[in-house]
Amino acid sequence: MKLYELTIHEAHELLKKGEISSKELTLSVIERIQKVEDKVRAYVTINEEEALKNSEEVDNTRDFSTFLSGIPVAIKDNICTYNLRTTCSSKILENFIPPYDATVIKKLKTNNAVIIGKTNMDEFAMGSSTENSAFFPTRNPWDQTRVPGGSSGGSAAAVAADECIYALGSDTGGSIRQPANYCGVVGLKPTYGRVSRYGLVAYASSLDQIGPITKDVTDCAIVLNSICGWDEKDSTSADVPVDDFTKYLVEDVRGLRVGIPKEYMGEGIDEDVKSAVLSTAKLLEKMGAFCEEISLPHTEYALWAYYIIAPAEASSNLARYDGIRYGVRAKNYDDLIDLYKKTRSEGFGAEVKRRIMLGTYALSAGYYDAYYLKAQKVRTLVKRDFDRAFEKYDLILSPVAPSTAFKIGEMVDDPLKMYMSDVCTIPVNMAGLPAISIPVSFSNALPVGIQLIGKAFGEGTLLKVSYTLEKAVNLEKRKPQLD
Amino acid sequence: MSYETVIGLEVHVELLTKSKVFCGCSTEFGKDVNTHCCPVCLGMPGVLPVTNKKAVEYAIKAALALNCEIAEYSKFDRKNYFYPDLPKAYQISQYDMPLARKGYIEIEIDGNVKRIGINRLHLEEDAGKLVHEEGKGYSLVDLNRTGVPLIEIVSEPDMRSAEEAWLYLNKLKTILQYIEVSDCKMEEGSLRCDVNISLRPAGSEKFGKKVEIKNLGSFKAVKRALEYEEKRQRELLTQGFEVVQETRRWDEARGITTSMRSKEEAHDYRYFPDPDLVPMIIDKKWVEEIKTTLPELPDEKKKRYMRDFGLPEYDASVITSSKSFAKFYEECVELYHDPKIVSNWVMSELLGLLNEKGMEIDEVVFKPADFVKMLKLIDNGTISGKIAKDVFKEMFETGKDPEVIVREKGLVQITDEDEIRKVAQKVIEENKKSVEDYKSGKEKAFGFLVGQIMKETKGKANPQLANKVLKELLG
Ligand SMILES: [Zn+2]
Repeated sequence: MKLYELTIHEAHELLKKGEISSKELTLSVIERIQKVEDKVRAYVTINEEEALKNSEEVDNTRDFSTFLSGIPVAIKDNICTYNLRTTCSSKILENFIPPYDATVIKKLKTNNAVIIGKTNMDEFAMGSSTENSAFFPTRNPWDQTRVPGGSSGGSAAAVAADECIYALGSDTGGSIRQPANYCGVVGLKPTYGRVSRYGLVAYASSLDQIGPITKDVTDCAIVLNSICGWDEKDSTSADVPVDDFTKYLVEDVRGLRVGIPKEYMGEGIDEDVKSAVLSTAKLLEKMGAFCEEISLPHTEYALWAYYIIAPAEASSNLARYDGIRYGVRAKNYDDLIDLYKKTRSEGFGAEVKRRIMLGTYALSAGYYDAYYLKAQKVRTLVKRDFDRAFEKYDLILSPVAPSTAFKIGEMVDDPLKMYMSDVCTIPVNMAGLPAISIPVSFSNALPVGIQLIGKAFGEGTLLKVSYTLEKAVNLEKRKPQLD
Repeated sequence: MSYETVIGLEVHVELLTKSKVFCGCSTEFGKDVNTHCCPVCLGMPGVLPVTNKKAVEYAIKAALALNCEIAEYSKFDRKNYFYPDLPKAYQISQYDMPLARKGYIEIEIDGNVKRIGINRLHLEEDAGKLVHEEGKGYSLVDLNRTGVPLIEIVSEPDMRSAEEAWLYLNKLKTILQYIEVSDCKMEEGSLRCDVNISLRPAGSEKFGKKVEIKNLGSFKAVKRALEYEEKRQRELLTQGFEVVQETRRWDEARGITTSMRSKEEAHDYRYFPDPDLVPMIIDKKWVEEIKTTLPELPDEKKKRYMRDFGLPEYDASVITSSKSFAKFYEECVELYHDPKIVSNWVMSELLGLLNEKGMEIDEVVFKPADFVKMLKLIDNGTISGKIAKDVFKEMFETGKDPEVIVREKGLVQITDEDEIRKVAQKVIEENKKSVEDYKSGKEKAFGFLVGQIMKETKGKANPQLANKVLKELLG
């Protein structure tokens, strides 16, 4: 038995029965990392020593009452971990060791989770391929010449390559769903406010959301259970009752009304992606759901509005990295302004600079109304499209990304084309809705997934339908060849 | 041509909440540098602000006391700029939807009441402090003050002289101290003021080019800077020059303003709604509750003093100009039957000594009850009014019980008629000339003789008795 291949619920059963120990499981994952990390490069920091110590501690308590107890998790490197380097894959935070834990990390620690390491990402979560990491690109475990997607590419690749049992990512415009899709794993972007953002290094505060990346839908429900809930430290976190999401893990889609937006199925979307969506629709209908084409007319504007709002917020959120109090400071400078300029010039990568400049421009006097304000109006229209659709439908089915994983380097010189890879996921963030990406088939040996978008706080329905589909398509045990 | 001065004030006031506005850190002043800081107020990566309800309450309280309308819906915005004392590189403030608008303060100028409009009042966080050490090639950052709640109160350009601006500031300070939302100590930075001043041809509706003056460290500096700037601008205009729209700095030592930056260099703060904070929806019921906690404000109090205590307007103004002063006065009046007598003493003796020593009423060591005891000693004839002044001085300095002072110093009034008669006879013997004068009809001489009796007895003779006895003896 390869312990590192286990899902959370499988490992949990074995731990509870005492058939394996957390230390064995953790060691297995560490050995797996040692074996395949050269090929995948999912991690910025591997927390080997601490993880082993923690697993021993959990073994000593023999308390495996909670699902995550003793199970190794990988954390995207923009989620603050006390005393454990958190870099956002940026040179400017290369030496940053947070003095506190993000709320989600606190929750994982309360559940005795074992943090195995911090995963690579596009710098400050800006990108769709994890090529924008200041350190190194992560590779897709299914094809190492391809990207794992981004910006949570490290987390998705780590899960797909069995370098952890599950991972946390963050999703601002598709950064959980798109890499999960490229890597053939399950990724959930919860409703905005469902999971506390406290401790998530902000890219675009009004869009960012932390979520699970897991090997299957069951694990997704388990992780969501433990990370969600109102947080007094995040005033945008929602004070809504928290379900037990595992109770939605049933096979049943009868009577479900599913809309397939035509705007997500048009030009620019590859045929194999479209056919994955259509065959999923057929499968759902066969199982008793009702699917039909719908229209979300403002979809085409969502991407452009996103590329105003997200950079605007980013330009402000990233202004604090000035080399004064923490992080890396430029070595030679003449005066204060020069210190700011050099630190930021040397510390930030090209994509980050591009977005800071975009955002600064969009917010500056005289342009605010033309750009930022207008983008906010578009955002309202995008939300309204969804509201209308959800008056009639329980769920929206769509592609996750226009294609399967693309080649490393293929789009680095064409940022606009790269931005298009999030075109199907961005509207969801603009509306603050929950959405899940699950693998349903393969095309040329690369995973293809579908996206299910739910009503606000409708994660339960998403999980139920995803669970049903997962069982029906049965891709469960197909693994990338890395040995 | 004659010119009219137009002045508007922007006042920043630190609120007296125990914790900061977006985190739980203490706001205590004067602690070791960087000891009252947490990841949130340091703007560490990933942290989020959470609004302190008490700060909002205090801001609403201030807005109500300044007759403002409270917005039902307001939001926080980010004001973006780089400076080492600003950890997030933006200040959380309020831009287009402030907490309150459209208020006013009333001042009295030349015996008339004038209303100064308040354009807006909003809530924001304070920045940190830079510590520059002489001769060092670096500056240090103290972030204890970062995130202390501030309210910014922006007046309408309704003031027409430095004097009016000074009165406005004083009134504002008094009101805020009354409602106990700030201690308004300019020297500790809990009240900071920027002024805007422009001149325009008398009768013109259009505003002239305005100058903003920063770096004002005291109320007096505000007045002096405005007076200086008014003169400077008037001279420029009369000589046919234009006033440059700019920010100027007040140089206290030289008593002049100097250019700091021109309009061209003005900041673009790139305001936008703070996505980390949900908009504030202010419950009307809450506002009503806060309203009930407002104490009697200085204007009402003044009117009541005039009405109920029969004080002249001037006395009432002075006594109510500080909450502690009014409190002291009222405590005395509670124990004493004649508010006017208390006022006389407070206005002349107490105020005189306070001014002389440069002290505040809070620093006074004696108790209102002892003060009233002294007044009663006059009433029951134990001491004369004149001796009382000495007793009062002693009380002021030592805080001793007036009865103890009287006993220790042997200041008890002489009410023994025989004793006074003996002294009077002696005085008559020794002042033959004055006795003659009196007898030939010069009333003044009588006063002189009484004075001599008082002198002989070191002021202890009961004046009524001295009068009576002297009259008898002189037939
Ligand atoms: Zn703090």
